Amino acid sequence: MIELNQFLILSALLFAIGVIGIFLNRKNVIIILMSIEIILLSVNLNLIAFSYFLNDLTGQIFSLFVLTVAAAEAAIGLAILVIYNRNAGSIEIEKINALKG
Amino acid sequence: MTAQLLAFYLFSGVILISSLMVISTKNPVHSVLFLILSFLNAAGLFVILHAEFLAMILIIVYVGAVAVLFLFVVMMLDFKTSINKDNILQYIPIGILIGVVFIAELIIVLINTKFDLSNIQVLPNPLSDFTGKTNTEAIGSVLYTDYILYFQLSGVILLVAMIGSIVLTLREREGVKRQVVSEQLQRQGKINLVDVKSGKGVDI
Repeated sequence: MIELNQFLILSALLFAIGVIGIFLNRKNVIIILMSIEIILLSVNLNLIAFSYFLNDLTGQIFSLFVLTVAAAEAAIGLAILVIYNRNAGSIEIEKINALKG
Repeated sequence: MTAQLLAFYLFSGVILISSLMVISTKNPVHSVLFLILSFLNAAGLFVILHAEFLAMILIIVYVGAVAVLFLFVVMMLDFKTSINKDNILQYIPIGILIGVVFIAELIIVLINTKFDLSNIQVLPNPLSDFTGKTNTEAIGSVLYTDYILYFQLSGVILLVAMIGSIVLTLREREGVKRQVVSEQLQRQGKINLVDVKSGKGVDI
């Protein structure tokens, strides 16, 4: 029998992989967007695991909304990426320093 | 039960390996393909958790739309994949440090916690109300009644995202000639009707 903790540990590992991906990739914004997708996937996994083990449907509904927001975020992020690449000619993170942050 | 456990370990192993490959491969196209693989295996995990509708939605929306969008952008932008790699080494220690701290914290908490799910007060949509219905039916009967406001709001979010990405990427190009039918039809004085003699042709 699968326990809840197994799903939670898997989801924690997935979340950590996403966070490491954000820190590791300083060259490519697209990989960072994919890392954010991995993080959202781990959150979805958490919600559905709790929905199953608590015997409650609300987690699945929430997961549906998280999916919607993730799709919208990916579309906007990629659109920003395309116009940034058109204007600046590069999407390396180290060269995105217009704000001197 | 053991088949279920075996499937869980298979799916979760493939998810972890493929998401590690997503963040570590040099070629972004390979990253997108590994992302698709990890989404497919996550859909398998959702099926194990009896969330069939969300598993199918994950495949349709993520693999069918979002991953293909990523693939489009990766192939259209054509940025250089072989940027010099010596600079990336300086970020590995901080990345590993943060990742290890993160994993250690979460797993220590999870191992030391035994969830007593029987005492938790949950929102009143128990799955046992929907016995005999499919998962899609159950989600529909809750989503369109109790959560109708949030459903409509997510539609608004999608509309805003659509308009936003169209407005961001739309541009007026210089020097593009378009056909204007009304101007074409109003041209006068430059068209002559010539009576062509048979067998002689016409001089231009």
